[in-house]
Order: sequence, then structure tokens, then C-alpha cells
Amino acid sequence: MSGKSSGNPARVAWSIVASLVAFMMLFAAGCGSSSNNGGSTAGELKKLGKGEGQVNLVEWPGYVEPQWVKPFEKQTGCKVNNKDAGTSDEMIQLMRTGQYDGVSASGNATARLVDGGDVAPVNVDLVPNYKTIFPDLKNQPYNTFDGVHYGIPHGRGANLLMWNVNDVKPAPKSWSIILDPKEAAKYKGKISVYDDPIYIADAAVYLKAHDPSLGIDNPYELNDKQFSAAVNLLKEQKPNVGEYWSSATKQISSFSNGNDQVAATWQYQYFALKADNQPVAVTPESQGFVPSEGATGWSDTWMISSKAKHPNCMYKWMDWIVSPKVNAQVAEFFGEAPAQSKACNFTSDKNFCDKYHAGVPAFWKRVYYWQTPVADCGNGSSDCKDYNDWVNAWTDIKG
Amino acid sequence: MRLSRRARILLRIGVGVTLAFIYIPLIMIAIYAFTGGTTLEWPPPSLTTHWFSVAVKDHAVRDAFWTSIKVGLAATAIALVLGTCASLAVARHRFFGREAVSFLVVLPIALPGIITGVALSDSFTQVLGISLSLFTVIVGHATFCIVVVYNNVIARLRRMSGSFEEASADLGASTWQTFRYVTFPTMQTALVAGALLAFALSFDEIIVTLFTIGAGQETLPIWIFNNLFRPTQLPIVNVVAVLAVLISIIPIYLAHRLTREEGGAAAARGGGVRAEPVVAEATAMP
Amino acid sequence: MEAADALASAPKRSVGRRLADLFHGRSRLQVAALLAGPLGWMVIIYLGSLAILLVAAFWGVDPLSGELTKSLTTDNFKTLWNDSVYRDVAWRTIRTAALVTLTDAVLAFPIAFYMAKVASRRTTAVLVVAVLMPLWSFYLVKVYAWDIMLSANGIVNSVLGHIGVNGPGFGITAVWLVESYLWLPFMILPLYAGLERIPNSMISASEDLGAGPFTTFRRVILPLAFPAVVAGSIFTFSLTLGDFITPQLVGGGTQFIGNVIFSNITNNQPLASAFAMVPIAVMIVYLLIARRLGAFEHL
Repeated sequence: MSGKSSGNPARVAWSIVASLVAFMMLFAAGCGSSSNNGGSTAGELKKLGKGEGQVNLVEWPGYVEPQWVKPFEKQTGCKVNNKDAGTSDEMIQLMRTGQYDGVSASGNATARLVDGGDVAPVNVDLVPNYKTIFPDLKNQPYNTFDGVHYGIPHGRGANLLMWNVNDVKPAPKSWSIILDPKEAAKYKGKISVYDDPIYIADAAVYLKAHDPSLGIDNPYELNDKQFSAAVNLLKEQKPNVGEYWSSATKQISSFSNGNDQVAATWQYQYFALKADNQPVAVTPESQGFVPSEGATGWSDTWMISSKAKHPNCMYKWMDWIVSPKVNAQVAEFFGEAPAQSKACNFTSDKNFCDKYHAGVPAFWKRVYYWQTPVADCGNGSSDCKDYNDWVNAWTDIKG
Repeated sequence: MRLSRRARILLRIGVGVTLAFIYIPLIMIAIYAFTGGTTLEWPPPSLTTHWFSVAVKDHAVRDAFWTSIKVGLAATAIALVLGTCASLAVARHRFFGREAVSFLVVLPIALPGIITGVALSDSFTQVLGISLSLFTVIVGHATFCIVVVYNNVIARLRRMSGSFEEASADLGASTWQTFRYVTFPTMQTALVAGALLAFALSFDEIIVTLFTIGAGQETLPIWIFNNLFRPTQLPIVNVVAVLAVLISIIPIYLAHRLTREEGGAAAARGGGVRAEPVVAEATAMP
Repeated sequence: MEAADALASAPKRSVGRRLADLFHGRSRLQVAALLAGPLGWMVIIYLGSLAILLVAAFWGVDPLSGELTKSLTTDNFKTLWNDSVYRDVAWRTIRTAALVTLTDAVLAFPIAFYMAKVASRRTTAVLVVAVLMPLWSFYLVKVYAWDIMLSANGIVNSVLGHIGVNGPGFGITAVWLVESYLWLPFMILPLYAGLERIPNSMISASEDLGAGPFTTFRRVILPLAFPAVVAGSIFTFSLTLGDFITPQLVGGGTQFIGNVIFSNITNNQPLASAFAMVPIAVMIVYLLIARRLGAFEHL
């Protein structure tokens, strides 16, 4: 008969903990391999070959829709598998698994993807439609790193202030309706804001206009004092917030069910609600869709994974999505300014590009594209808050 | 047991309250399934089975359904083998660390699903360097299904004393023959009950699956996750839920009957009711 | 002569029989063979993966690339300790899990008792099916149904409006409500099984000694059913403790442990790993206590 049975429960637990610790020490000693090649990048594709029959994409809701996917699949033979993501963090998480060929990345994701070695440079010569992209979208800090192109611009837009016209009167002209503590209290529990640390920049944009003494210039480059002010503003907002949204479709449902009355949102939700005859409105075209303080926004870039299993199909997709007709379709469906200059000839609304200021760099000065906060402030000092600080602060704000 | 009238009434009220609590949301889902509603309207629009035919014809739903079935069967098969082996070892032998086995197998279900999901995902993609796929999903599901089979089988083995097996050996049967002719037949219904439970667990699992599934693949819960808030897809989601509930009546009843018989036989042996806890291993949905 | 011939011509044992004989009587060998599969699986695949996740708690991370800097540090634990939000979130989650467990125990008892002791064989079968069917209607769909019911224009508000009370809306009350709803079957079943095991003779004896039904319940049934309640509580507690989807959908911004882990996984995995140790430690302690109370026999 073998030895006595160990009946002591504490001993059981300790033996499990001990084996866990042993394993951990094993891995700490370096058995685990690093996933990222930290900075070293896979080379760009030199020549376009035959399609692989499939392409896996990660995208913002509304960017990969059947209207332009089905013709693409027919023409190239590349079947599209796609996954909606609600935040840049989700996109990065998905790209790091190496399962996807490409992503429509915003500026608060691009630098991280490049630095983490998750995306490869893009050979723009293999994307003929790149030539006619609006010039002020090319060679930007969010898509070009050390002179190397890392993506194809998709389109850009501003984050919107949206409200239910029956509940919110008069029509707000400023973000103060959700950021000023007194005004926001009127809609307590009915306010919906984006559930992402990058929303802190919205508070910074607000403070840039309302508290010049802070000296905020770039809402993503905040020193201690500026950052604390923005965080405190959001902490004051929290009791009035009914929902922190990360799923665009859920926000649509929240407005339809009467849970939300005023929100920071995207064009995708606005147009979906309008199509459903919901009584919503956004800052009008006469104000450039942007409240008085300006707004955060995004300029999105299609990037290719460094581990892409279907690179040829991915290049075909990138060329397709910025081809004039398709980019016009995409821009009109979502409600953003197209990246392709020739798209303006193909929009069903002939004035679309004008309305959305597609080729007007001056307009976009009031829109602060999402970008990754880093410690290096860019003006000599490096005491700005980095993204980890933003993430920790966001947890703090939500409580 | 003699219950006073008051006690009986209170008991019935308690049962009613609980049942109402359980079923009101389900009735709502059913209403939506039969009206195709996406937002609340009162009075609700007319009933129709239109969405049922849409759901059944939908390719994505069908693919997701079959994927779920495949994953469930594979995970259950693995859990059956591993769970049975573990319970045989623990119930019939004494060895160092015996108590730890029960503790170990329950961990995947007791610890938060997000931890299991992220841990497995990281191991697969970063340490082993393999892509996420249905295989990785199956591994994840099997891990927390083991305990379900283990609990069922070990409960059965504990009630059946080892003397039968000793007698069999005394009569000249080999280890394998003893297992095949004595142990296995008594375990059978416990195995089926455990398998049904494990399958149910795997079928409804969302969190671990989210982290271990590959691009372009969907189990039914993943399909629901991707389509839940899309207004055009919501009616189909509700239909899928109603269909799943209706179809589930059969396996649930089966599992109950299987273990109920054992209990009946035990009761006949006299004394109190010592019925086998049916599908008592509450299944967790990590 | 004949005996020797008989021995000499004894049938050869097959390979299978030889293998079985190898195991016969050798307990250790049997155990080793039986446990190789399950233990190998659990230890290598499960504990190994857990270890990889948790060791990161002692590392740092580059905020830009997400790359783990593998030098040992206790910074993550310092962050968790210094910023009170992590304590608040952990305590809030544990509190809610305990409340959900209590709620489910109270809701489960009448129906479990009815099924075990009062209802006929057929009614019990019907009730078992009725209790288990909702499990198959998919977690997400059930939470979404509650989402609709608790909405501003939802049925809860309109019903409560009739008696002049405001509905709970979204928030921690909603999370408590929905979690109690989701895990109720997991409490009913072990409780039903445990109550069934209580011999009727004990109950009769208690009555014969003059105790009324409530006294019998309090002093005979409850103590005997307690291990089964604890068994059920393992699931109601652990499932609430780790859930992040329900707080996200009906919590209105409430953060639970799972949400904090989820928000940090991409950007700061070491912090997520460090925080993950909290629910792991809580559950290990809970399981040890539950086992001491005899719950493992009722799982």
C-alpha cells in the first residue's frame, strides 16, 4: 500500500501555490520567449503576387461593410473575415495575437503597433491609389515613422456631440453640456462618454479653451498640472455619466431605449439612429460639426500586420478601400472625410467633400487627431504623462 | 413531512416567486423572438414566425451552430477520458497528493474566466507560437469540463464499494476485464450525465472562447456576441436563444431520468432517500 | 504426466493480458498511469499557463510597445496598494459576490425543498427541467433581456412607476440583480440534491419530538443542508467575482475586478496580472473553507 494520504487542506493549497511559484520562477529565468521583436520590423512587400484567397481584418464599426466588401471579394477572390473593435486597445490586443492581416488604426494605436513590431512598413508603390490621397494626410507623424510609410490613410473625422432633441433644449453649442459640472448635473445619469483613457484628451481640449492659464497646447501632451486638471474634471463628470460606452452598437441601443440623452459619439451611431427615425441631432454643418472648443478626432490608417498570412490580399484591400468610388462609398456611409481626393467626384451628394472639409487642412486644426501620449513632450521637456499614466488615471476616474 | 397550512402556502409562494423571477426575462426574449422587435413597444406588434425561418436559413448561424457542436463534442470527449481517469485514481487508490486532485480540477471553473482565457491565449500565441483556432478553443473548454465529469463519476464510484472489484479480481479477471465488466457498467449513467453537463458548459461558454478563438471562426455564443446589438440581427439572436432553450428540454430530461433511476434503486434498498444528485454539478460558465 | 503436459501446453497470454497483469496489484503503477493524462493536462496546460500570466506581475512593461521588461520589480503591487481605487473595486466585487450568494440561497431554498421533499416524482422532474432550461438560453441573451427591462423606458421602471418608485436603472443594484438571476440554477441544483439526501426519518423524528415545521427547518434541515448551500455558493460566488461582461452591460460604469483586469491587459499586462492575484487568492481561500465545511461532497 502506498503512503498515507495527505488530508490536510492547507497542505493541499500550499502544494498548488508552491508548484505555481516554481513554474513562475522557471519562466522568470527566461524560458518564456518574448512575443515582440521590439522595434525590429518585418520588411515591406517588394512585389505584389497572387491573392491568397482570404484576408482577416480588424476595423472600426462601419469600415468594412457588405456594400464594398462583396465587390472586392468578387474581383480579387480574397474572402474577407473581419472583426469590429470598439477601442484602440482592443485593436492592438487583436493584432498582437498575429491572427489578423490588417487593421484600420487610429493615431493612438499606430505608434504602439509600430513600436511593438506588430505591423510592417507599407510599400506605397504597390498601392496605386495612394498617389492621389490628400497631401495633408501623407507623411504624418501618425502614419510615417522615421521616414518609413506604415500605412494607407483611410479617412478622418471629429468626435461628435450628439443629443436627443426632445430632451435637450436649447441645442448645445459647447462641450460644457457634458463637461461643466453644473450643466452636466441637469442630465445626471443620461450622459454617455467613450470608455477609453484617450477621452482624457477631450477634457484637455475643453480646458484649453476654458482655462488658458493651464497653458495646454496639444491635448495629448500634458504635464502634471495639466493632466491633473483634466482628470479632476472627469472625476467631477463621473457622477453624471450614465454609461461609458465601448460598443458603438450598444450606444445606438441606449439612445433608442431612452437611457442616454446626450453623448460624445461617432458619426456611425448618429446616422444609424437617424435612419431609425430617432430624434437625435449633432453639432450642425454650419459649425463644421465641431462644438466651440474644437474636438478630438481621428485620422485612420490601414496598416498591415508583420505576421500577415495573406499579405497580397491585404495590399489589394488597401488599394481597394482608397480607390475613388469605394472611398466615396465608405466616407458617405460612415460620415467622415475621405482620404482619397478623387473620391469627391463619386460621392452621391455632390457637396459631400465640402461639407466634410475633405481637402481643407485649416479646418482640421481644430480637430485633435487621436495620438499616443508619450513622456517626450516634443518641445525639449519630457515630463509629459505617458500612456500608462493615462490608463491608470482612467481606472481612477471610473472609480 | 407534515406541513402546516401556513407553511405549505408560504412554500408555494416561495416557489412561485422564484419561478417567476426565472421566467419573466425568458418570456420577454420569447416575445421578441416572435415579434422581431428590437425596442420596446406596447402593445407589441403582431406575432410571426418569420424570424425563425430567417434564423434557420442564416449561414453564419448555421456555421456557428456546427462549430459549437464540434467544439462541444471534442471537449466533452477529452473531459470524459481525463475526468474518468482522475476519478478512478482518487476513488480507488490512496496516494500522496490525493486530496490535491479534487482541488486542482475545480480550479479552472472556480477562477475567473478572464484569467483562464488570457493565460491560455498568451501561452498559445507567445510561448508555443501556435495560432488560435478551434483546437485552442477545445483545449480551453476541455480544461474546465474535466471537473464536471470528475465530480459525477467520483460520486458514483464512492457509492459503489471496491469490494465488487476485489471479488472480480479474486475470480481471475485481469485489471482491464474488471474495469470493463464491473466498474464501467456501474459508471455508465454517471458518465452520460457528466458528458451532457460538460457539453452544456462548452456550448454556452463565452469568455474563455473570446480569448482562444481564431480569426473568422465563431461558436454560437461568439456569434451572439458579435450580433447582439445590431438592430437588424437582434431578432435572429432572440430566436436562436428560444430554439436553444426548447431543444435543451430533451438532454436535460434525459440526464435527470438517468440519474433518477439510480436514486430510485437506492431508495428501494431502504432507508432515506439517497438519490444521486442529478445534474447537480452545477455547470459553470467561465 | 498429464499435469506436466497440461502445464506445458497452457495457452499463451495475450499482450493485453500481460499488460493488465503488469498493473495488477501495483497500486502505484495504476495511479501513475491513470493520473498521467489528467495531471499532465492540468499541471502543464493550466497551471503552466497561469504561471506565465502571473509571473508578469513581477515585471514591468514598455508603455509604447507593450513589451515586457523582464527585470523583477514590485512596482505593480505598489501601484495597487497606493491607489485606493483598486481596493475599492476589489471590495465592491467581493461584497456583491457575497450578496448574490445570499440572495440566491434565499431564492433557491423554497423551490429546492419543494422538489426534494414535497413534490411528486413527476412534478419534480418537470421542475428540474424548468430550472435547467434557462441555462441554455445563452448568458449574453439573458443579460441583454435585463438590459432592456432595466432601461429608462423598460418594464421595470413602468411597473415600479405605478407604485411611485424609481427603478434601479443601471448601476451596482442592476449588477446584483442580474448576477443573482444568472447563477440561481447553480444554487438550486446542489441544494436540491443535498436536501434529497436528508433522510425523511430525521424530519419525522423531529416532528415526533414536538417541533413545528419552522423549528424543524431551522434546527434540523438547515444545518444538514448547509454543506450543499456552500457547494452551490462556490459557483455563485466565483462566477460573480470574475464577471466583467454584466458590469459592462448593465453596470453603468461600475468597475468590477474583471473589468479592471480587462482594461489593463493590453497596455499594462503586469498590472493586470498583479491584480489577477486578488481573485485567485480569494477563491483559493474560499475553496479551502468550503472544503472544510464539506461542500466538496455536494458538488
